[in-house]
Amino acid sequence: MITRKHIVTEPGGHRARRSLYWQYAVEPFFYLSPAIILIGAVMLMPLVIGISYSFQSIDLLRPFNTGWVGFENYTKLWSDRKFWLALENTFWWTFWSITLQFFLGLGLALLLNTQFYGKKLFQALVFLPWAVPTFLSALTWAWLFNPVIGPIPHWLAALGVLSEPYNILGDPDLALWGPITANVWFGVPFFAITLLAALQSIPGDMYEAAEIDGASAWQTFTKITLPFLAPMIAITVMLRTIWIANFADLIFVMTGGGPASSTQIVSSYIFTTAFRKLDFGYASAIAVALLGILMVYAVLLLVLRKKLVKV
Amino acid sequence: MVFAQLQRPAMVIGKYAAILFYLTFALFPLYWLLKIAVTPDRLIYSDGTRLWPSEFTLSNFTAVLFQTDFLSYFTNSLVVSLGTAGLTTVFAAGAGYAFSRFNFGGKKIIIAVMLITQMFPLLMIIAPIYKVVASLGLLNSLTSLIIVYTAFNIPFATFLMQSFFDGIPKDLEEAAMMDGCSRFQALRKVILPLTLPGLGATLGFVFTAAWSELLFALMLISKNDTMTFPVGLLTFVSKFSVDWGQMMAAGVLALVPSCLFFIFIQRYLVQGLTSGAVKG
Repeated sequence: MITRKHIVTEPGGHRARRSLYWQYAVEPFFYLSPAIILIGAVMLMPLVIGISYSFQSIDLLRPFNTGWVGFENYTKLWSDRKFWLALENTFWWTFWSITLQFFLGLGLALLLNTQFYGKKLFQALVFLPWAVPTFLSALTWAWLFNPVIGPIPHWLAALGVLSEPYNILGDPDLALWGPITANVWFGVPFFAITLLAALQSIPGDMYEAAEIDGASAWQTFTKITLPFLAPMIAITVMLRTIWIANFADLIFVMTGGGPASSTQIVSSYIFTTAFRKLDFGYASAIAVALLGILMVYAVLLLVLRKKLVKV
Repeated sequence: MVFAQLQRPAMVIGKYAAILFYLTFALFPLYWLLKIAVTPDRLIYSDGTRLWPSEFTLSNFTAVLFQTDFLSYFTNSLVVSLGTAGLTTVFAAGAGYAFSRFNFGGKKIIIAVMLITQMFPLLMIIAPIYKVVASLGLLNSLTSLIIVYTAFNIPFATFLMQSFFDGIPKDLEEAAMMDGCSRFQALRKVILPLTLPGLGATLGFVFTAAWSELLFALMLISKNDTMTFPVGLLTFVSKFSVDWGQMMAAGVLALVPSCLFFIFIQRYLVQGLTSGAVKG
């Protein structure tokens, strides 16, 4: 805004007009174009191609059987029991991952927003899991859950949670908790970082005023902290939900979708369909379906956010 | 200042309990990784759930370093991650600067598109990318990985950089431009030096992301000599009949660069998010 005024008041109308043109139509794109070109070529174009695949038969195992098939992939999807099972698993995977990550992350952010001895070191250490490569955390947690050599089944048995130290990852009813635990461990720091940033932007005098008025810690939290955090919470929860629903690495390494598809989520199902069965057409149809579901979710949450923030 | 009530004795005990809980939760798996890496192979099973290994050894580390392709995977990952981090940071700095300083036609659309790229299942574009990369003859090349990773990391890195630029007063480059600098010169000589922490945070963030990426590397790389670290390590599972000790030793070594980067950046990351745009 300031720059516009500065340029308009420059002497010489012609030069000013030319530099306005330069500034509004050309110069921003000088800085933006590498980013735009890369995103367009590597993400948007493949996205369009991917959507078009979902209306085709592209099966590398049957290369002569390709061509447009209309909605065939989608009707097949509708009656695919594995897909619906994967969708249900996606729901539980996402729900528990995000819930646990959020509450632990919020707790950590509140803790880091106070003063204590050794805070800098503490912050660096508790944020570390986020820097651990996913496949490595998957392997480590698979080891921790291993009934022969891992401690977790033994501890759970000692606590009476399990009747004996058996293989949780091999039990269709419990297997999903393995990747969920690993995901929570890995994802808490990210929530903590974003929420901490939001906490630190709350003006301090709000708290001083509340203290003078004799507000309890709980009142301060619900009346000041939470309302201030609400917009940040809405946006991070939305982005993270979508991200987690799409996130198959942990499951891929820890259980491979097994036992008996009990940990297969939609995105790992896409991967299996594309790269084990080499059926790209069908995989794309599943992906489009997932995209549709996530878009609906995002829109719902944005509407909800608008209502919440207005109040 | 905030949460003054936390000074009460019961609160203080609760607080230190919470600190202990988070530390244990964050560090225990890493400790276990390290423990297995320094346990001799023959004791891995019998030591099982012991908290402390009954014998130490560094043989897993020497075996990984000198008898496997670890160093080649490590170098490939380093090339890919540094390349990605460098390219992404330069491009995202440009884009973030444009978002921070200009009003221009299509700005909102471009921002919206960047947000949308964070939303759709990346698996959706895996198949098309595979076919494009294959038809260009770039399968098994580190270049293709760098290009793909850079594109993937640009949106978030751009928002991050924008929030750092937003924190720097506009008057600074205006003053420099009055003194006869072009905008680009002003950016390079005045603004960028002030954004160094932001550039560092972005660089580190993208480096860690590229260092851990598995699915695209798994898909685009199948030859041993261009495998990045995650893919190479996964092949340990089949190739060496799950040599856990070596695998965990390799894991510990792989942790070193990303953890160093991360410890360095996390302070700036909080600072950068505080100052602006990602607040939504």
